[in-house]
Amino acid sequence: MTSIEGGQVRPAPFPLNRKISRPANHHQMDIAQKLSILADAAKYDASCASSGTSKRNSREGGLGSTTGAGICHSYTPDGRCVSLLKILLTNYCIYDCQYCINRVSSDVRRARFTAEEVVKLTMDFYRRNYIEGLFLSSGIIRNADYTMEQVVRVARMLREEQGFKGYLHLKTIPEASPELIAQAGRWADRISINVELPTPADLERLAPEKNLGRIRGAMTTIQRRIDQAKAEVKETTKAPPFAPAGQSTQMIIGATAAQDREILDQSSSLYRHHKLRRVYYSAFSPIPDASQRLPLMAPPLVREHRLYQADWLMRFYGFQAQELTTPEAPQLSLEMDPKMAWAMRHPQSFPVDVNTASREMLWRIPGLGVRNVDRILQIRRWHRVTLADLQRLRVSLKKVLPFVQTADHHPREIGSAQWQQTLKPAQQLELFAPAIGVVTGEL
Amino acid sequence: MHLLTLEPSFAAWHRVARRALQAEWAWDTVLWEDASDSQPALGLLDETPARVAQAAVSAPTYNVPKAFMEMARTVACHHSAHRWSLLYRVLWRITHGEHHLLKVRVDPDVHELYTMEKSVQRDVHKMRAFVRFREVVHEGQVLYVAWFEPQHHILELNAPFFIDRFAGMQWSILTPERCLHWDGVKATYTPGVSRHEAPTGDAMESLWLQYYAHIFNPARVKTHAMLAEMPMKYWRNLPEAAIIPTLLQQASPRVETMMARSHALQSRLQQAHPADVPDTDDLEVLRDAAATCKACPLYRNATQTVFGEGSVSAEIVFIGEQPGDQEDLAGRPFVGPAGKLLDKALAEAGIDRKSCYVTNAVKHFKWKRQGKRRLHQTPVQAEIHACKPWWKAELVIIKPRILVCLGATAAKTVLEHPVKIGDIRGEFMETTWCAKTLVTVHPSSLLRQPDPETREREMARFVADLAQVAKALL
Repeated sequence: MTSIEGGQVRPAPFPLNRKISRPANHHQMDIAQKLSILADAAKYDASCASSGTSKRNSREGGLGSTTGAGICHSYTPDGRCVSLLKILLTNYCIYDCQYCINRVSSDVRRARFTAEEVVKLTMDFYRRNYIEGLFLSSGIIRNADYTMEQVVRVARMLREEQGFKGYLHLKTIPEASPELIAQAGRWADRISINVELPTPADLERLAPEKNLGRIRGAMTTIQRRIDQAKAEVKETTKAPPFAPAGQSTQMIIGATAAQDREILDQSSSLYRHHKLRRVYYSAFSPIPDASQRLPLMAPPLVREHRLYQADWLMRFYGFQAQELTTPEAPQLSLEMDPKMAWAMRHPQSFPVDVNTASREMLWRIPGLGVRNVDRILQIRRWHRVTLADLQRLRVSLKKVLPFVQTADHHPREIGSAQWQQTLKPAQQLELFAPAIGVVTGEL
Repeated sequence: MHLLTLEPSFAAWHRVARRALQAEWAWDTVLWEDASDSQPALGLLDETPARVAQAAVSAPTYNVPKAFMEMARTVACHHSAHRWSLLYRVLWRITHGEHHLLKVRVDPDVHELYTMEKSVQRDVHKMRAFVRFREVVHEGQVLYVAWFEPQHHILELNAPFFIDRFAGMQWSILTPERCLHWDGVKATYTPGVSRHEAPTGDAMESLWLQYYAHIFNPARVKTHAMLAEMPMKYWRNLPEAAIIPTLLQQASPRVETMMARSHALQSRLQQAHPADVPDTDDLEVLRDAAATCKACPLYRNATQTVFGEGSVSAEIVFIGEQPGDQEDLAGRPFVGPAGKLLDKALAEAGIDRKSCYVTNAVKHFKWKRQGKRRLHQTPVQAEIHACKPWWKAELVIIKPRILVCLGATAAKTVLEHPVKIGDIRGEFMETTWCAKTLVTVHPSSLLRQPDPETREREMARFVADLAQVAKALL
């Protein structure tokens, strides 16, 4: 604390360089040390979303609010947003999942927070407007139920003792008892269970303690609870909520030979069967291969990005998983985005006349996002859409020109060599700036 | 020409614009002007209220889309002086034959309006994100004070958000234009202050920086993505922005460490392929094939593969962890000290060793040299997994009535999840491999007991577990 008058206190010089000798046991570690270890351990979970939950405020007491829209309170130099305090309760783990930094056989430094410490840290950060809430996960200690109890205890303390109204995301353990998962859903806005790897065989090989059937079973249980809670809320507003921001999952890509076609099938099935809000993809090895032409955009990262784009196309652009790759080429193209790749495979579907085409067909035009499609549909009721209109909507003309017909434009013969040529520059630009789409989701 | 001077607020513009519209003053006959700070809140200056009201007596009423009014409320906060005339021009056009105007987003006026709205909304959003409260104690009260520099006049527009969120705290948001104070009950506004009146630090900030530094992944540096959402103009009021240069500087050494770790991990993953097992119902064929197994790297340092041993018609299969020093040399399982202990316990429990088949979860000896001794090392998951097809094949051929897992390694691989022996020992369970599976300790754990007393007690428990097996056979 500082006083207004004497307010000269600057943050201490940042101790990144300081080597901290390993303490005899974790209880002697200070909060800062624990925080560094347990934030380090948590950054492999990609999700930081804080949106889509029920609206709450603290006018009647407690602390915090949710508006339904998420807020990113900061951005780290990796371009990712910091919305939640994302930490592990502990990185001790009895499991030995081969891709995971916290596996029992890893020599990573270990730490464990007490529930009280996590509660205090969350409240202190929240009061200063650093965060929207907490994303709590944990290594498995003793057994699944014991671990889940600890995680649920933090959530309960925050909600009941502190009256915390901010966002809570709890990672749950599929092996934990249904009663504990039910309690987690009662306190949390979002619940997630990671499927970890795209296929049952991958899981069998690299995470032998995990089992896809059990994971999907737990997801089904959670979904039933969510649906039930929604139905009850419709009848009486007093009904207790259950994970109002739904459930999500994450899979690691690049650790096994699974191909994009299998991965997208798996995602599509997860969306269909468990109504997941999001499937997150995490590139297993972010380390660029020395031989790569583009050092910071090594295949795993570009691939991860392409999977996110494909995922977006499935959820918002009416694409089926099977359309995004072909049996002959089961990997997504690294050179161009999946919508462009689809368009190149289907020259017969173009040009699309923006003045007459259906919404579904407009969605398929490379360079046209969902929101601009909505706007075009509105505008064309009043006048014929021209290139100048597209420009004013900030559509990249370079990208759409080969595919669209407007009142004043008709592209050269689709599929011809000349037409192919016009596509080149757009593709290469795309390769250098693949980060943008992840943020906006516009393709 | 009509000159309309107004206090810069949506309410004032709304009032004046309605009257002007009722007076049928076309957009190009009206000039709008913000009242300067020295002449606050006078409403109409040039046109007296009386005159405008008079003009409005027999005026028509207009139906304005709700969407426009909402948009106007936001655009009114824009810093541009030009906003009032633009709003009025669009209002005029909407009420004079272009009711659908807002839907034509590409119309130059509408386009500009949307651009301004977006700019204000972004500012509102960034304020919610980047305000940083600092805790101060003032006259015994804990207060939270923030300094923020908005691009537009959004303090009032954003007040409900901050009140909803921090209703139970006492706080102030200071800006150069105005200050907002919340005392826990009501909001008050005071004139703007300068930046150095705001507190400059908070003890919690070093933890926040610690978090920021460690949630950053140095292997994925993408500064342009960060700058797109957190432009440098905000940096001077964000404590964490101070360490961004350091983080970037240290990124590549940190990546090198990660890279080394990742290479090690990758080579281990490549080694984790399960053994290729011949499709056979002959135990001897299986044994021969296992002799040359290279599914994991353990074969390199072991003398030989130590396969299972016993009758193909055995009723009980014991599965241990891995061969020890003596087993490795002899090429037979359970012949060392632990094996002798197992024999003794079997005899005490009344089980004929001849009716048993003994084998291990991992079939090569894993060890580390210490002086002259070869010290046992626990196999890792990848090795256990690589070896799994062998014991599976053994069980498929033998089809025992009872399967006994000796120790955690065997139990873990058979039950397919980590276990605490203490929780489940001595109870029969049904598993994929055998309808009657029982878990107990590994006899080597008895050898590790420090004093004879506990060793005896543990031995008795081990024998008791085996007695369950003997009973189940009857």
